[in-house]
Amino acid sequence: MHKERGGKENHVYIRVLHYIRHYLWILVLSLLFAVVNVVTTLYLPMLTGDAVDQMLAKGSVNFQALKGLLLRMGIVLSITGGSSWFMSVCNNRITYLVVRDIRRDAFRKIQKLPLKYLDAHPVGELVSRMIADVDQFADGLLMGFTQAFSGILTILLTIVFMLRINVWITLVVVLITPLSFFVAAFIAGRTSRMFQKQSEARGMQTDLIDEMIGNQQTVQAYGYEKKALERFRVINDKLEAYSLRATFFSSITNPSTRFVNNIVYAGVGITGAFFAIRGGLTVGGLSCFLGYANQYTKPFNEISGVITELQNALTCVGRVFELIEAEEEKDDGGAKEKIERTEGTVQLEHVDFSYVPDRPLIKDLNLLVSSGKRIAIVGPTGCGKTTIINLIMRFYDVNAGKICIDHKDIRQLKRENLRSQYGMVLQETWLKDGTILENILFGREDATREDAIEAAKLSHAHSFIKRLPQGYDTVIQEKGENLSQGQRQLLCIARVFLVKPPMLILDEATSSIDTRTEMKIQNAFGKLMEGRTSFIVAHRLSTIQNADIILVMKDGKIMEQGNHESLLEKGGFYAELYRSQFESL
Amino acid sequence: MKDLLQYLRDYKKECVLGPFFKLLEAVFDLIVPAVTAAIIDKGIANRDEKMILGYGGILLLLAAVGLICSITAQYFAAKAATGFAAKLRYALFRHVESLSFTEMDEVGTSTLITRMTSDVNQLQSGVNMALRLFLRSPFIVLGAMIMAFTYDVRIAFIFVVAIILLSVVIFGIMAICTPLYKKVQGILDQVLQSTRENLTGVRVIRAFRREDEEEEEYQEKTGLLMGAQIFVGRISALTNTLTYVIVNGALVLLLWRGGLRIQAGSLYQGQIVALVNYLSQILVELVKLANTIVLTNKSLASAERIVGVFEMRSSLEEAAGENFLEKNISEQKIRVVFDHASLCYKGALEASVRNVNLVVKKGETIGIIGGTGSGKTSLVSLIPRFYDATEGKVLVDGVDVREQSVEGLRRKIGIVMQKAVLFKGTIRENLLWGNENATEEELIEALKISQAWEFVEKKEKGLDSFVEQGGRNLSGGQRQRLSIARALVRKPEILIFDDSTSALDYATDAKLRRGLKHLSYRPVIFMVSQRTSSIRHADQILVLEDGRVLDIGTHEELLARSKEYQEIHESQFKNVGEEEKKHA
Repeated sequence: MHKERGGKENHVYIRVLHYIRHYLWILVLSLLFAVVNVVTTLYLPMLTGDAVDQMLAKGSVNFQALKGLLLRMGIVLSITGGSSWFMSVCNNRITYLVVRDIRRDAFRKIQKLPLKYLDAHPVGELVSRMIADVDQFADGLLMGFTQAFSGILTILLTIVFMLRINVWITLVVVLITPLSFFVAAFIAGRTSRMFQKQSEARGMQTDLIDEMIGNQQTVQAYGYEKKALERFRVINDKLEAYSLRATFFSSITNPSTRFVNNIVYAGVGITGAFFAIRGGLTVGGLSCFLGYANQYTKPFNEISGVITELQNALTCVGRVFELIEAEEEKDDGGAKEKIERTEGTVQLEHVDFSYVPDRPLIKDLNLLVSSGKRIAIVGPTGCGKTTIINLIMRFYDVNAGKICIDHKDIRQLKRENLRSQYGMVLQETWLKDGTILENILFGREDATREDAIEAAKLSHAHSFIKRLPQGYDTVIQEKGENLSQGQRQLLCIARVFLVKPPMLILDEATSSIDTRTEMKIQNAFGKLMEGRTSFIVAHRLSTIQNADIILVMKDGKIMEQGNHESLLEKGGFYAELYRSQFESL
Repeated sequence: MKDLLQYLRDYKKECVLGPFFKLLEAVFDLIVPAVTAAIIDKGIANRDEKMILGYGGILLLLAAVGLICSITAQYFAAKAATGFAAKLRYALFRHVESLSFTEMDEVGTSTLITRMTSDVNQLQSGVNMALRLFLRSPFIVLGAMIMAFTYDVRIAFIFVVAIILLSVVIFGIMAICTPLYKKVQGILDQVLQSTRENLTGVRVIRAFRREDEEEEEYQEKTGLLMGAQIFVGRISALTNTLTYVIVNGALVLLLWRGGLRIQAGSLYQGQIVALVNYLSQILVELVKLANTIVLTNKSLASAERIVGVFEMRSSLEEAAGENFLEKNISEQKIRVVFDHASLCYKGALEASVRNVNLVVKKGETIGIIGGTGSGKTSLVSLIPRFYDATEGKVLVDGVDVREQSVEGLRRKIGIVMQKAVLFKGTIRENLLWGNENATEEELIEALKISQAWEFVEKKEKGLDSFVEQGGRNLSGGQRQRLSIARALVRKPEILIFDDSTSALDYATDAKLRRGLKHLSYRPVIFMVSQRTSSIRHADQILVLEDGRVLDIGTHEELLARSKEYQEIHESQFKNVGEEEKKHA
């Protein structure tokens, strides 16, 4: 178990290095600047000490030497300043380049992942991986670059520099300082449990807020406010208690490490003073040591923070890599066949399909749709209507059997080629961030504005677009607040009208439009469908009455098949559905 | 902002003691370099080992006392901050719950949720930080400067200049970077939006084979983001560099000046060492202060947003008198009256309900039909006072709804919304929302009428089956039937169905309507629908268009005289094929 986790961590390391590799020269530069920076930073207290030694007492100040030393300090500090800036610039660059590359790869991946993966992962979760997790990783990486390497270098070089001045005092520093590290680690270990409790309570509270405020209408309609408030109070009190403990215990870290530093400082002061009396150390040397004692402890204090941050960053980027490494849709590079413009024959042969392995949905489905026919699919929710659409578009692959178009197995075609044969309108009205015109042109960018307007007219969208303040150049707001659901759907339909694809798929395309407008659109669809093979999934029976074949589905099976009249005559499930519309009380 | 301070009122003691102990700690920190100077100038100079040990002891003592002070301060700060946040969250939740729909529409629920969670958290850490550092940092900076003055005035001036320069650099760069960071955030939001858009629209994008273009667009955005981030990074990195140069430049000057003073005999070596120490203390504290300010700014922004929420007042005026007519009205025949009622949403140009007149008697069913955006939902939302009529009035049981208490009014009404909302908990708990005191039999009866019993009964745990948040583990039709049952459990005088049977197939819909017709308590039923089949048996049917009532009548009357009603009806029942032929 533990080993496995280690392996996974190593894997993440390797992936990160893989990304950094492209920017190796910047990394080398950064490390170079870091070395220069650390060396000069540590050299300065030494010069300061030397300068202090030039001013022993009244009347015995060596100005000549002092001048030289101060000049040298000036040069050194300019180099330190410069190198620290260049180092930051390099680190920034690598970090954000790597972050961009990771986001790029993740996005590219999303275009190639099977829908099976995307449907199984909530959008919010994937978005948070690509945005928040990557950001967190950037922070950690930047911090790691700037602090981990310089920190370790500082610790090592300080020991070397200190040893050159006095071995015994160095020992005092080296022995006491790690204490602060252990103290910090000890506290961090103790607090992590409290942080966990805090975040659990927070999660519970957010859930409650989400539920109650998100559904305020219902809450208010049923007068549930007081009870909700009481439930909120209970969680809130719990959160307060956990929060206090987490905040307090974690804030002990700083004073404690500072305390250790102060002990180091006192230790250096006392031992240094004793050595000074015996002539083993000058006052300047002591001053230099005091400076080092501060510089040396700093990375120790920070290191536990850096480690947590780095670990966190690795966990975050691990989640992103999981996405990047997810299995892609089967490559269709080997596709042998190609169709130009389908004649519109679609055939399903012995198709088996299930979303979850042990819950078969479609079993042995057979269907032959000849060119230019209208196929309507009806049935209760969850019966597999939309699944058929998923299969013929090859959003999902069949488990057994095959689907053919123009007598060619669709797995022999490139997905792109297959999908270009269909125009699709879904119940869910997805529009892009952009203007109305851009959205209509979505399927065919080479089309002109006139083509778009023509398509809008055909789909009855023109009249409302015309009335919008900026007409076709109106920007659709994020959640589409400036358009009604029906208007959005009309735009989706216009989008398809522009492409004039050889076959059509309408999946509950008109369910959010009122019936009068729907009637008009139906007429337009009627024109579009002429001579085109069309698949229509619908709720309202009126929408599908004039289909050539009506498939009545239930539990993944086709129960009945035929046209409106023959199905009514048959007096089965469809007839029952149809009659219930007119049933009197 | 002052409004928020009231939530700190219970923590006055903590707010005073926290910073106080922090100041104490700072005082001890300031003494340390002076003690060091004494070790050098007295201990080493006089070769007095006892004295050195004594001063060393003082250093250790200072460290220990400093630790105690600091931990005490941290405790008080944490206590005040978390307590403040808890009180604030509670008040905020209570406030938001009281808001009416007009305000909710304006801000949107996701914004409100952010206010209650991340903004409050931000404010909590802001308060915590401010209590700990806002006094300490300036105090140390000033204190170090004052100590310098006690040693040598000219050297102290070097300190003053250095502090001014450092402040200019730190705060100047901060001022430059803040808007730049905002820009970065703006671009990041766009990247986020793009990501979300591509995930939600994946089917459409693939159907239109636009993967490559989308990718290109995304690259462009992430490229922009990177550019902006690198640019800000470069500028903000200047802070470290410049402060380092300034402090050490001051150090060089200090040493030169110090040399002169020692030569003159007015300063000792140890004091120079102490001054060097003070200089580095100043740098550390100024950097801390800058960080605190950044955090405080963020917290202040959060605070402002939270105050904004508190400033929203419910636009519903609570009636002063409780339902004074309540006891006499149950005999009354007339239940609901719309009297020239109009509703214009805040910020909307046109009214959504215009001048509606309607009288509804006990036991009547009212059908409301019309196209999308015709004002059906708006009309019925006037009854439970989700919105108040902007003109005219609505009367329930003979009294203007605005003169009734919201709670009392809503208790009479059972409403089933378009979107069926269920809550995390058992089916039973969800149903009890309608009426806490409902018996098992009453629950089952409601489930039977709403056609939900057939699937609830089949569940292993029946009424005690678990419903996940938002009812995710149920189908749309099941959710809708349960929310209908919830309204029925209440046995309300007025039942409102806002297009709430759309997910039911026609057969189930018909069974439901039959059940409603035979309710023993004979409620008034408002049935909003797009299907004429759902409302054809209503006592009165309102045909709406653009918020106006085009016609009122029974199904037969309307079929005979209303062109719009005929159109709607025919669009649902006539063969579409025939329609086409007619038009061709």
